[in-house]
Amino acid sequence: MIQKIKMEWFSNIRADILAGIVVALALIPEAIAFSIIAGVDPMVGLYASFTIAVIISFVGGRPGMISAATGAMALLMAPLVREHGLDYLLAATILTGVIQLLFGVFKIAKVMKFIPRAVMIGFVNALAILIFMAQLTHFVGETYIAYVFVAVTLLIVYVLPRFLKVVPAPLLAIISLTAIAIYMNVDMRTVGDLGVITRSLPEFFLPDIPFTFETLMIVFPYSIGLAIVGLLETLLTSTIVDDMTDTDSNKNREARGQGIANFITGFFGGMAGCAMIGQSVINVKSGGRGRLSTLTAGLFLIFLIIVLGNLVVQIPMPVLVGIMIMVSIGTFDWSSFSYLRKAPRTDAVVMLVTVIIVVATSDLSKGVIAGVILSAIFFVAKISKIKMKKVVANDEVVYRVEGQLFFASVEDFLAGLDFTITKQTVVIDFTNAHIWDDSAVGAVDKAIIKYKENDNYITLRGLNASSQRIMTELAVSNQ
Amino acid sequence: MYNNILLAMDGSDNAMRAAQEAVKIASLNPDCKIEVVYVIDFSQAKKDILHAQGKIDAEYTRRKKLLPVEEYLKASSTKYLISMIHGEPAPAIIDYANTGDIDLVVIGSRGLNSLQEMVMGSVSHKVMKRVYCPVLVVK
Repeated sequence: MIQKIKMEWFSNIRADILAGIVVALALIPEAIAFSIIAGVDPMVGLYASFTIAVIISFVGGRPGMISAATGAMALLMAPLVREHGLDYLLAATILTGVIQLLFGVFKIAKVMKFIPRAVMIGFVNALAILIFMAQLTHFVGETYIAYVFVAVTLLIVYVLPRFLKVVPAPLLAIISLTAIAIYMNVDMRTVGDLGVITRSLPEFFLPDIPFTFETLMIVFPYSIGLAIVGLLETLLTSTIVDDMTDTDSNKNREARGQGIANFITGFFGGMAGCAMIGQSVINVKSGGRGRLSTLTAGLFLIFLIIVLGNLVVQIPMPVLVGIMIMVSIGTFDWSSFSYLRKAPRTDAVVMLVTVIIVVATSDLSKGVIAGVILSAIFFVAKISKIKMKKVVANDEVVYRVEGQLFFASVEDFLAGLDFTITKQTVVIDFTNAHIWDDSAVGAVDKAIIKYKENDNYITLRGLNASSQRIMTELAVSNQ
Repeated sequence: MYNNILLAMDGSDNAMRAAQEAVKIASLNPDCKIEVVYVIDFSQAKKDILHAQGKIDAEYTRRKKLLPVEEYLKASSTKYLISMIHGEPAPAIIDYANTGDIDLVVIGSRGLNSLQEMVMGSVSHKVMKRVYCPVLVVK
């Protein structure tokens, strides 16, 4: 136990602290931008990033993974903030934590493997598109100088890392362009126009909401969506970190940890968050492996805000927009285009439907649910194809059944049998088939009875052991 | 003669050509072993996991990518072993070569023009500069 704590916390001290600092610097612009997407003060996202990162470093299941305020969660909560305000968001965050904690306790992480990859690809693509679309509103009514700032930001974030790798390029873009904007006195909207930066540590308070059933009914649907989407992105991220570091992690502990982190964050004025793919990749790339890296990221972030808060409000919005465009480009899965061509047609459809539903409803959880249902239907349709071959030989009528016999394929099975024949020997050969459920047994039963009615002699052949077992258990006819 | 040859592999045609040269050199010494090193880029890890149904599936896809070179090495009856490591391609190969018992590195060149080289960075060039043992860059 102590060995494990040592290993997870102190086996990589220097690199963990350095990587944590790099992540904190990269996190600040994103936390502010995601707050703006959610429609709350930048402090809500910054406090959330601080508390979530710090808490998850102790209770999370995947050392070295970064959790904070994220775009996926911000997009989901935006309508709630618009209609009911910040206090309802905090209540929703607390409830999200409770739901995720329950998911973790009941080992729901295992259920995640039922989510097909086509849905996951659709999920990240839809997320990227929504983050990008959220930036477009910032262009309304802006002068050409705003476009110039966006373009220069993009130039810096894409070209600079080729030459300078130590400091995150987005941060350099922010520092240099904010300095230019202040120095040249350029008239542009800044972060300060969209909210206040408080230079203090978050404090504990109860959200100011009526504790009624009606409140619960407003908050609950959002919390469920947030809980599902948060865990989805978290488990995807943890698998990616597992792969990058060649280690394993405890998915259920991570789900519980996310729950605890969100639960506490809600009481400290932060918005719900989850693991971040981009920041976790930055952390691992920068050498971060242990829990110390996540803790450092959270602590250094709040330190920077307390020290530099009054500079943060002067960041021009177009610079943040440029950074968010970079985030959306990085989030989008560009190999999706070849996936659309190469993957099975049904998978491609599931992916596209997931994206379309998310973009149409601006709700990631709806797209995921629709994608899962659609792919389940496709799967059933695919495996319910049953092949029936009729061979007449040696005075026997043999039906060779090929496929899975269950509730969705029984009709095709019965339709493939000819019940008009009389006084013959009928054989149904199940060598290449499997009988799965009681509807399948019922169908075989019905066939036997019908053949016997017309004075046929009927036998079943080639039943495998488990098909045989379910038949003897459930069949009515004594064949 | 060389006893341990590191063959940098990325599944491309250039890397296959490098494999042919590595086998030529290895065939001169019956004790020679080729260590095929496949570096999984950090950004590629995201793509691989997203497109796979879990970790086992992702590993299977990667093994399939290395199948041509594995079959080629088998057919040429050279001794070989395959390692997949995570990291940035150039530093990972350099680290592997300099810390292990490697006496020749064979690597394919992507044949970038000078602009691409400036933007993307040449892996073979970096490896050549920083590996202690001789390096054979195959065009």
